[in-house]
Amino acid sequence: MAKTWEEINARIASGSAVVLTAEEFAAAAADEGVSAAARRVDVVTTGTYGPMCSSGVMINFGHSDPPIKMGEITLNDVPASGGLAAVDTYLGVTEPSRTRGIEYGGAHVIEDLLRGRAVRLRATGPGTDCYPRTEIDTWVTLEDLNQAYFFNPRNAYQNYAVAVNTTDQALYTYLGTLLPRLGNATYCSAGALSPLLNDPTYRTIGVGTRCFVAGAPGYVAWEGTQHNPHPDRDENGVPVRPAGTLAVIADLKQASPEFYSAATFTKYGVSSFMGIGVPIPVLDEDIAATLALTDADLTATIYDYGVQHRSRPSFGTVTYAQLRSGCIEVEGKQVPTGPISSLPVARRIAAELKRWVAEERFTLAPPLQQLPQVGSQSFKPLEVRTGEAI
Amino acid sequence: MPRKRLDLTFPPRQSLKPVIYHLVKDYDLVPNILRAQIHPAQEGRMVLEVTGTKESYAAGVAFLEGQGLTVSEAASDIVLDQEKCVDCGLCTAVCKPDALTLDPEAQTLVFDKDKCVYCEACVIACPRRAITLSF
Repeated sequence: MAKTWEEINARIASGSAVVLTAEEFAAAAADEGVSAAARRVDVVTTGTYGPMCSSGVMINFGHSDPPIKMGEITLNDVPASGGLAAVDTYLGVTEPSRTRGIEYGGAHVIEDLLRGRAVRLRATGPGTDCYPRTEIDTWVTLEDLNQAYFFNPRNAYQNYAVAVNTTDQALYTYLGTLLPRLGNATYCSAGALSPLLNDPTYRTIGVGTRCFVAGAPGYVAWEGTQHNPHPDRDENGVPVRPAGTLAVIADLKQASPEFYSAATFTKYGVSSFMGIGVPIPVLDEDIAATLALTDADLTATIYDYGVQHRSRPSFGTVTYAQLRSGCIEVEGKQVPTGPISSLPVARRIAAELKRWVAEERFTLAPPLQQLPQVGSQSFKPLEVRTGEAI
Repeated sequence: MPRKRLDLTFPPRQSLKPVIYHLVKDYDLVPNILRAQIHPAQEGRMVLEVTGTKESYAAGVAFLEGQGLTVSEAASDIVLDQEKCVDCGLCTAVCKPDALTLDPEAQTLVFDKDKCVYCEACVIACPRRAITLSF
């Protein structure tokens, strides 16, 4: 029954493609069987909306008169990189404000730009023969910028940890407030809707994949940083721990604040909720079988964040269905759970992407290059060395 | 009957006197202790919800002040800004009385203010700063 990318794209182009979200596909497969669902359905859409720290925007401001070679740059008091050409910058979402700390950071500047608000740009430069100006203080809006595009080095983590805390003190982490003595457990994945959990071996998602980035049409640009295909996998071949990641690119001017939100984690830092969705072609029954997996089939590993080392002790695995029930058992204790990734917005993303494919003829792109596969590269730690040891 | 929230400060030497008992017995008020942190020989704090008639409320407050307590109406309220909320659900992980929960089907946030004990754990947990104390 195998279908080709070309056949599926032809159906999308003619408006006759059958497109379902991953949740809808799982229900269809349970109802009519995986084979029948695989034959009937052409594309399955995914979605996730969690905090993704490795995100940011590339900006070109245009040249002032006289022009300036910007060195030190701030946007609403949030520092942006001056290490590019004269009026180019990269603003990372986690950068805190010089005046407001982590309550306002790079992510908030991006949200303000998306909402059409003017942002104060201040920069200084060395003053050169070709760029004589040494200071600038002005206001810019998203519309004013020549280019503003997301370039996110690591998004859409394939699975994530479940965090607990065995110490006697509350911990403030990127997975939220962890209450002492196993007082709660937090987790961060869209589970059955998550893009890379629906393509666990990166068969259809690779460099050049067209996708949904914060409401804008975008591309998978590269493997994400920390992409690691090697963690333990379950009997379906799905990682049970954080594994693959995606670097994505998309125009900020086409993005929407409905699918992008700044975030502050108390005593941790700034981050941003980033909406990512990837359409997956139902090429054959193998792909369909993974697309049909539900939260009851997908598992995550519980880690003790009370241990402040790179390798944290694990308390085994739980399914996403157990996590979503609001309570799991850890070390014989009933532990209440709370998510960090928004399932309602993930569902909206999958539904919106379904509309793009089904109604707006958003065709799919086969990978120009595959993401690193199992066996292709190792995931290395950072060793602390002295100059003498080199 | 009207219901009000009070913020009580106990001076160090007053802390072991059973004032709540007298609110019930002598002033016919129905107290509900939302939060209390009272240690012997230290200043204590209590957030108290009281239900009763206007007259008994006024008399009860006068009694508390007569006992050396500082009484202020807890003007604060926990407010959820639906526009800012993204339904991530992180606040539900720190809400012990289950005032903040997720709808089992839609997984959207549900705030049952009657269960809230004003501990403010959600205020600092919310990454969107969508939950605030209003004055």
